[in-house]
Amino acid sequence: MIRPDRRLLILGGAAFLSGCDALVRNPQATCTVKKAEGLTRGAQRAVIPRTALAPEYTEREISKNFRANGSIDPADREYRALRANGFRDYRLVVDGLVERPLSLSLADLKRRPSRTQITKHDCVEGWTSIGKWKGARLSAILDEAGLKPNAKYIMFYCFDALDQTEDGERYYTSIDLVDAFHAQTLLAYEMNGRPLPIKHGAPIRLRAERQLGYKMAKYIKRIEAVESFAHIGKGKGGYWEDRGYEWYAGI
Amino acid sequence: MARPDRPLTDGRLAIWRHPLPVRLTHWINVLCVVVLLMTGLQILRAHPHLYWGLASDFDDPWLSFPVIPGWMTLPSWRDLAAGRNWHFFFAWIFVINGLIYLTYALISGRVRRLMEPSREELRDIPQSVVQHARLRFPEGEAARTYNVIQKLTYLVVLFLLLPLMLATGLAMSPGMNAVLPELLELFGGRQSARTLHFLAAMGLVAFTVVHVLLVFLSGPINTLQAMVTGWYVIRTEPEDATDDPA
Ligand code: HEM
Repeated sequence: MIRPDRRLLILGGAAFLSGCDALVRNPQATCTVKKAEGLTRGAQRAVIPRTALAPEYTEREISKNFRANGSIDPADREYRALRANGFRDYRLVVDGLVERPLSLSLADLKRRPSRTQITKHDCVEGWTSIGKWKGARLSAILDEAGLKPNAKYIMFYCFDALDQTEDGERYYTSIDLVDAFHAQTLLAYEMNGRPLPIKHGAPIRLRAERQLGYKMAKYIKRIEAVESFAHIGKGKGGYWEDRGYEWYAGI
Repeated sequence: MARPDRPLTDGRLAIWRHPLPVRLTHWINVLCVVVLLMTGLQILRAHPHLYWGLASDFDDPWLSFPVIPGWMTLPSWRDLAAGRNWHFFFAWIFVINGLIYLTYALISGRVRRLMEPSREELRDIPQSVVQHARLRFPEGEAARTYNVIQKLTYLVVLFLLLPLMLATGLAMSPGMNAVLPELLELFGGRQSARTLHFLAAMGLVAFTVVHVLLVFLSGPINTLQAMVTGWYVIRTEPEDATDDPA
């Protein structure tokens, strides 16, 4: 009695598991499953007020060992040269659908309206670190450049390639205007009271505190306002987004 | 909604046990829980260490998993993006399905009728435990309702464990943290929420193992048939036939 039962169970289990794998490989099923992202984004946008702030913490709660993920030392030649010179020649380009394209030095950025915040950094892998960030408010920079009415997304293009090679595909990501104009969205140039370390994205990285870590691009080179990102990269709005991760990383 | 008993041959009686909404939501829930568990383990595999508190002290996880075998995860190969996409898709179905069940079970009075233990039952818990341990399951009139342990277990699962899965899941969302920081504080921070999410899932696994075991020990054909067709068979006391010699 036990024997055939157990065989049936193992066979059934194996069939179920390979069925699951086949479904994950099926583009149609993936397409269906990815529809949940739109639902999640819609629901979160509906219940989270535009201005709601991510929780902030105290100095005492800052992580001693804030993990640096992704690239930690870009191989890009231009980046290496800028870095060798203490980023004195660094210019952040802001262009695309803006009235006045900008080219800002690190000193320029530091003169713009800033904010300091101690927030948690939630990685898509599951870990959390807490850090203190100071940076220029992205909203102020975008107001200075003046968005054209058809601008819908802000793209961030970076110096680093995750395969750590000189000509690997560069990191990039994007956020919409709700997050771009959020009070805690910063172009951070300081971490824990000191200049942003190389491994955390020097000279500037994005802080978008209501989303996961992969939205917070490091080593930012250029910011572009666009109406759609369908023509950029593989069209999903970012490096990880092109590789199956959600564009909206609020969960 | 309730249907009259249907007498069968040889002193058996078919009683109407699980109306369609209960059966449908039960099996949809089983599918959701299985997929959520397997994709959850896929997500855990991306950083197989658990912590208490606000943040991860990487030198001091309270629990680490050296290996999470592929047959436990969905998909079987490492793919955090797919794991997350499938996890959240089924999380939505799980939540909508759960709300439908709870609304139905509360409004129809099912929770009160079938799951709320009476005072006598609560007093007799030790006796019921002994009966359970001896694997004696009532087959007569007493089988019309769930026994007290079953009642309490279902109540804990429905009103504690399953909602806790959802609440700890939402507490890990940086978006939700902005609108409901109280939830994050309630669980003691994101890493505590993640740990509790895992522990609640293990609680659910433990429940399911015992639940399925008891289904099989108490007469799998009858109970499973009840959860598929709605009809459950009990024995009527054979009063007139054998008890009266005259
Ligand atoms: C995956 C997690 C599971 C959960 C959370 C769960 C939960 C429940 C709950 C709450 C009930 C009572 C429903 C009511 O009366 O309104 C129930 C009944 C039942 N479940 Fe499950 N279940 C699970 C898995 C399973 C599985 C895998 C099986 C089959 C092998 C199963 C078979 C049954 C049966 C047959 C009943 C009816 C019991 C009876 O009439 O005495 N369940 N389950």
